[in-house]
Amino acid sequence: MAPVPLDNEFVERLKVKFGNAIREATLDRKQAIVNVEAMRLREISRYCRDEEKFDMLVDLTAVDWPNREKRFDVIVILYSFQKNERVRLKTHLGDGELVPSLCEVWPAANWLERECFDMFGIVFEGHPNLKRILLPEEWEGHPLRKDYDILKQDTAWVRENLGIESGQ
Amino acid sequence: MTDTRTSGLSNVETTVLGADEIILNMGPQHPSTHGVLRVKLKLDGERVVDSECIIGYLHRGVEKIAEHRSYQQFAPYVDRMDYVAAVSNGLGYCEAVEKLLGAEAPPRARVVRTILTELQRIASHLLWLGTHALDIGALTPVFYCFREREEILKIFEKYCGARLTTHAFRIGGLQYETYDGFESDVKRFCEDFTHRIDEYETLLTENRIWVGRTKGVGILSAADAIALGVTGPVLRASGVKWDLRKAMPYAAYADYQFDIPTRPTGDTYDRYIVRMEEMRQSQRICLQAIENIPAGAIMAKVGKVLKPPPGEVYHSIEAPKGELGYYIVSDGTTQAYRVRVRPPSFINLQAFDRMARGSLVADVVAIIGTIDIVLGEVDR
Repeated sequence: MAPVPLDNEFVERLKVKFGNAIREATLDRKQAIVNVEAMRLREISRYCRDEEKFDMLVDLTAVDWPNREKRFDVIVILYSFQKNERVRLKTHLGDGELVPSLCEVWPAANWLERECFDMFGIVFEGHPNLKRILLPEEWEGHPLRKDYDILKQDTAWVRENLGIESGQ
Repeated sequence: MTDTRTSGLSNVETTVLGADEIILNMGPQHPSTHGVLRVKLKLDGERVVDSECIIGYLHRGVEKIAEHRSYQQFAPYVDRMDYVAAVSNGLGYCEAVEKLLGAEAPPRARVVRTILTELQRIASHLLWLGTHALDIGALTPVFYCFREREEILKIFEKYCGARLTTHAFRIGGLQYETYDGFESDVKRFCEDFTHRIDEYETLLTENRIWVGRTKGVGILSAADAIALGVTGPVLRASGVKWDLRKAMPYAAYADYQFDIPTRPTGDTYDRYIVRMEEMRQSQRICLQAIENIPAGAIMAKVGKVLKPPPGEVYHSIEAPKGELGYYIVSDGTTQAYRVRVRPPSFINLQAFDRMARGSLVADVVAIIGTIDIVLGEVDR
């Protein structure tokens, strides 16, 4: 069930248009994944929306791989009503590196990117209002990073705002 | 980190107030916000000029918990996201893990899953209808809706012992066989429900106050809905004929006849009509499914210790609120490396600002109701 290389017309067109920015295309459990260069994510997304008719941003999220040189995967799931197909754009990102925001391509990206920033500390360049969304604004740390222990919390915040020693 | 907050689209704090403008806080403790949603409104008299939703009060770190539990142990947690449609949450999760494993539930399990999920859709829509009508000032529907919802919850209770957070399904199929009389219970409910739904419609559909409070309120165009990633009944009421049960059939939906109701204008009234029609279609699916539940096993051979091969999968279903997706990454161990939930309520709620601008404060209540959010799912 290992991922197999994907080589269809869509990937061909992407490669012609963006060259080396399209790193790899694979098929995992019959689902298409295209690995792209982080800095060109916005351009590629816009092309997918306008030319390839992937008109809906389904989801945007991240995965943390702390032992890798570039620790984050940013994952963008797109859907095309016309083709009835999904595609996942994936990009590798080091800690502290910026990734272009997709807010101007899809307004739906706004809250999704805020959640990614909140949970992983990934900064989306050009986001109009990048602040925490689920956690309190003053909270320290990004809980979905692998080095954030499940029992860890911002004890200073809890003490100050809830008046208790521990929330657990 | 650089401060990028200054050019906020809906950042009320940073916008300057005009002479007649005020900021009004609604919630988090407010009966019409359906839980702990806080909405900051910038008002010019009675008109909403700008708004911002503040969420996270019910954040429990579900995605983090998933990384520290085995695949089976995490299944009950998903019920606690959209806690008024737990069965649908469970279906999405179980099917996603099955896809990750390369397994498939047996036909009998898939049909029973379909029936229970459609009943859950009716129950979820009934709760929505009752509370939404209550918000707008119609006191009666909530009693009728809860009466019928109770019948569905009784079926759940007889099937698996729980009414709300059911944990009805297992990865690979079902744990429990259907009980004696399951078919007749569902059939009786569905046949009865035809008249019940007509009853609700006589209360609301042509009621002048209801029409006055909902028509033309919170309009969302199809283009806006797609750009904002909105799914479910809200998208269909904006005129987009799209339903995952038809577009990418799962469970046993490919075998049944049903229609996808749509409406042209995308206002609160249209969303009401779409959900009413969806309940009728769910009932239609249940009646077809109950006629012929295939015999056979209810559990696929997946083993007791689940170790999906390394890799990732995205699977989504048409939950009562919209597209509910699970993106799961496996590293080959018994615990998921990452579970991401694509919550329909969270993404639909983002369209609130678009719908509320220019409307009256009283309509804000109708708009929150019409999106049909559950804060357990918004905040996870």
